Amino acid sequence: MSIDLSQFIPSFLEESLEGLELMETSLLNLQQGDDDSINAIFRAAHSIKGGAGTFGFNEVTEFTHLVETLLDEMRDGRREVAQPDIELLLVSVDCLRMLIEAIRDEETCNNSNILATAKRLELALDHSNSESKCKLSNETSDQQNNTNATWLITFVPEPHLVQTGNDPLLLFNALSELGEVSLEAHSKDIPSLLELDAEALYLSWSLAIKTSANEDDIKEVFEWVEDECQLTITKKPIDNQDEKALVTPLHDEMVELPLAKQNPSTAVSITQEKKSQKAKNDSGSIRVGVDKVDSLINLVGELVITQSMLSELGNDFEMSKLARLTTGLEQLLQNTKELQESVMRIRMLPISFVFNRFPRLVHDLSKKTGKEITLVIDGEQTELDKTVMEQIGDPLVHLVRNAVDHGIESKAVRLANGKAEKGTITLAAYHQGGNIVIEINDDGGGINRQAVFEKALEKGIVDANTTLSESQVFDLIFEPGFSTAKELSDISGRGVGMDVVKKNIQSLGGRIQIESEPGKGSQFKVYLPLTLAILDGQLVKVGSEVYIIPLVTIVESLQVKEQLVNRVSGDMVLYRLREDNVPIIPIYNLFNIPAENKEISNALLVVVEADGQKVGLMVDDLLAQQQVVVKSLNENYQQVDGISGATILGDGSVAMILDIPGMIQMALKKSQRAQQVKLAKKPQLEGVSS
Amino acid sequence: MSKILVVDDSNSIRDMVSFTLKSAGYDTIEARDGQQGLSKAKSNSFDLVISDVNMPIMDGITLCSELRKLPSFKFTPVLMLTTESSVDMKMRGKAAGATGWLVKPFNPEKLLATIKRVIR
Amino acid sequence: MDIQALAAEIPMEGEYNLEGIDFISSGKQFLAFILAQEQYAVDILCVEEIRSWENPTKIPNAPNYVKGVINMRGIIVPIIDLRLKFGIGDANYSETTVVIVLKVESEDKFRTIGFVVDAVSDVLNSEDDEVKNAPDFGGCVPQNYIDGLINVGDNVVTLLNVQALQAIEAH
Repeated sequence: MSIDLSQFIPSFLEESLEGLELMETSLLNLQQGDDDSINAIFRAAHSIKGGAGTFGFNEVTEFTHLVETLLDEMRDGRREVAQPDIELLLVSVDCLRMLIEAIRDEETCNNSNILATAKRLELALDHSNSESKCKLSNETSDQQNNTNATWLITFVPEPHLVQTGNDPLLLFNALSELGEVSLEAHSKDIPSLLELDAEALYLSWSLAIKTSANEDDIKEVFEWVEDECQLTITKKPIDNQDEKALVTPLHDEMVELPLAKQNPSTAVSITQEKKSQKAKNDSGSIRVGVDKVDSLINLVGELVITQSMLSELGNDFEMSKLARLTTGLEQLLQNTKELQESVMRIRMLPISFVFNRFPRLVHDLSKKTGKEITLVIDGEQTELDKTVMEQIGDPLVHLVRNAVDHGIESKAVRLANGKAEKGTITLAAYHQGGNIVIEINDDGGGINRQAVFEKALEKGIVDANTTLSESQVFDLIFEPGFSTAKELSDISGRGVGMDVVKKNIQSLGGRIQIESEPGKGSQFKVYLPLTLAILDGQLVKVGSEVYIIPLVTIVESLQVKEQLVNRVSGDMVLYRLREDNVPIIPIYNLFNIPAENKEISNALLVVVEADGQKVGLMVDDLLAQQQVVVKSLNENYQQVDGISGATILGDGSVAMILDIPGMIQMALKKSQRAQQVKLAKKPQLEGVSS
Repeated sequence: MSKILVVDDSNSIRDMVSFTLKSAGYDTIEARDGQQGLSKAKSNSFDLVISDVNMPIMDGITLCSELRKLPSFKFTPVLMLTTESSVDMKMRGKAAGATGWLVKPFNPEKLLATIKRVIR
Repeated sequence: MDIQALAAEIPMEGEYNLEGIDFISSGKQFLAFILAQEQYAVDILCVEEIRSWENPTKIPNAPNYVKGVINMRGIIVPIIDLRLKFGIGDANYSETTVVIVLKVESEDKFRTIGFVVDAVSDVLNSEDDEVKNAPDFGGCVPQNYIDGLINVGDNVVTLLNVQALQAIEAH
């Protein structure tokens, strides 16, 4: 029989990765004399080594052994906790992470870095490697000589042997696995009753075993008790006549043991099911606290009760029961609401999962840039949707890198400006309204508006006459191809980053806002919806169609005042909203559908904002505001310009959810095309006239 | 039905050992550190205790000596699971009253064969 | 109206014989329907449901044959009018107008799409060799949509390729 342990591999890999995270966090904060941390780090490495060995992940085992040995010296006090060693251990953690991820993703890991780090570890260790290398015992009890031989064993245990929990009879039992055993017990040493210690052992034995195993195998059976007994093992060649006279049978104490079973000694069979290995960004599963599940079970229970109550009411319904029906429906609403919240909470995980990579990141970046930076993390228990969290990681990394690279000034500059030598970057997360807000703040030099504007001018993103508000200038940073870095910094990249960051955030239904004060620092605020599946929407009517405008995009709704409408350069219609000139988008036009009112002069306008751009959407009527469940059109149809999804309204009909940035793009393209058509016609007219 | 207490802070190791033992027909109860192991021992009787050495809160060596103080565990076999096979380790184990040790990594067959020395 | 009800109308073996309707033997089964007085059919295994016509929600800037989407038990299902897509007959919507909802394989997933037809006809059985090749004589339905022809009594039924039906020009 070979037991298949491959089912435990995924959990071992996950456990190991968590262990590595723990090691990293502890290492980053490690001080001399912090024995608890050192022990915790050691234990984590120890567990990884043990498990890796069991599954045959030899590379991991060997590497971890080096790490473990170094840590062992530290916890023993044989080695001081020094910074170079900590750096080496941090790099080692990275290497192990790579190795384990490679196993998890079924890829080969050929990183020269790993070999180099292993060498460094070996160098750092005091004694030579061969001594401390663990004997990987994928043991196989060798059946080296297949010739049967008889061995004579005398076993004289010390009296206190049983107090170690060993039982000679069971040892003989184990021995019988190797071959046929016959034995004889000797009771000559049993003292008189008065001197007898009930918990002591006074017997000794002579045994004979016929086996093809070698001496070491036999010795091994007794390995635990070798210090507590006198053991002799001698080999006797097979001689049929001698055998019978070997042991004089004493009827009382003769124990005949059954034939040894053939123990096939095979290594662990690991049937690695390729399909069961998880992919890198594992969005396939989620860990949920039992409390969340229990809460869910309770709520479903209440829902069931409400349902049966309503069902019963419906059976012989009469108007007299109306009041109870209303109550029941209210209860249903309550149950559904609570259930919805509860279910959504299941997808929510604390943002610490994302934040925990930053201490290490900032640590490494500080070293690289030579700046001293403290990272402050706040609100790491703030929860957000799992999918949102998986995708917000990279943008946040970029923003933090940006803060280190461009935000915090060099030590010299900081001191010259009377600032503390150490810069501070703060990562904070909190809930606000229906959003989660993530702040990346630095106390660096702030963003130079002038420089930004000039760069944008240079790149042709704006022209000299454009007047922009402060926040609009900062938003220029998000334009593709923008970068004010004088040197090509390999940390933040070449301006390819910020526009992607903004795009990623927007694709999650969020937005990013910049605030900055020259000399004091900058604040990047990322707003994200708490969930992707549900949206707060404003229902509007255009013609016979109902559309949904995401509430988060709405600035205000108003009735058009004719005098504030201005037609500019032909096609564009602008509405004067205080100091802003807001372009009007007639939805019926954009979507080619009939509308009740095509006259702008007395239209209803819903002013929305996206990408810092305000537009006024012309609608026929404002309907209710409600929470809607977002359903994708991509499932059965395809992407539609200007529409971000669909939902099912209370009456069972489908309503489209407007994609505001998309609509703005559509309107832009439409008017650009109209312009081009106009321009194309112009020369002909001139040609005619001249 | 022989009952075995499995103590290890690594979930996957614990699961594996437990799985292996159960497949061979043994009954198992698990604990994730020495402390928990000790409290399980106080409320159950076991035919064998298999414990890792390196664990938080209470390590295996301490668990062993604590177990030996309990009357019901005076002669119960206690096996230490360890990746170290040093003499020092054996001495410490013995001093705490351990019955024997198993060196990690081990394969399931080896585990089952070895425990036959101390359990039926 | 659903498939089960329709299938139940097929007489069991040993029961009375109806002219023009084959018995369930081997080979494939098809659902036949009418478009502009002509018979067409699709593989019955793709048919999920048959619904009566209801006004769908329009999709902005969609081709004219994409009538919109409907809510089918919580799923958003697009509705394509085959009469408009193939440019045959009059696309009017009456009480007999029917939507055949098909489950179509698309890349690595399945899509649910509803197709508007004039009326549903019968369930047909045919052996594989009864499906003849359709000569390319330039009919209103493009060749890539046609899998073959089946003779049923005096009529000819055009077998449509379900895969091809779901093609919608990007817009």
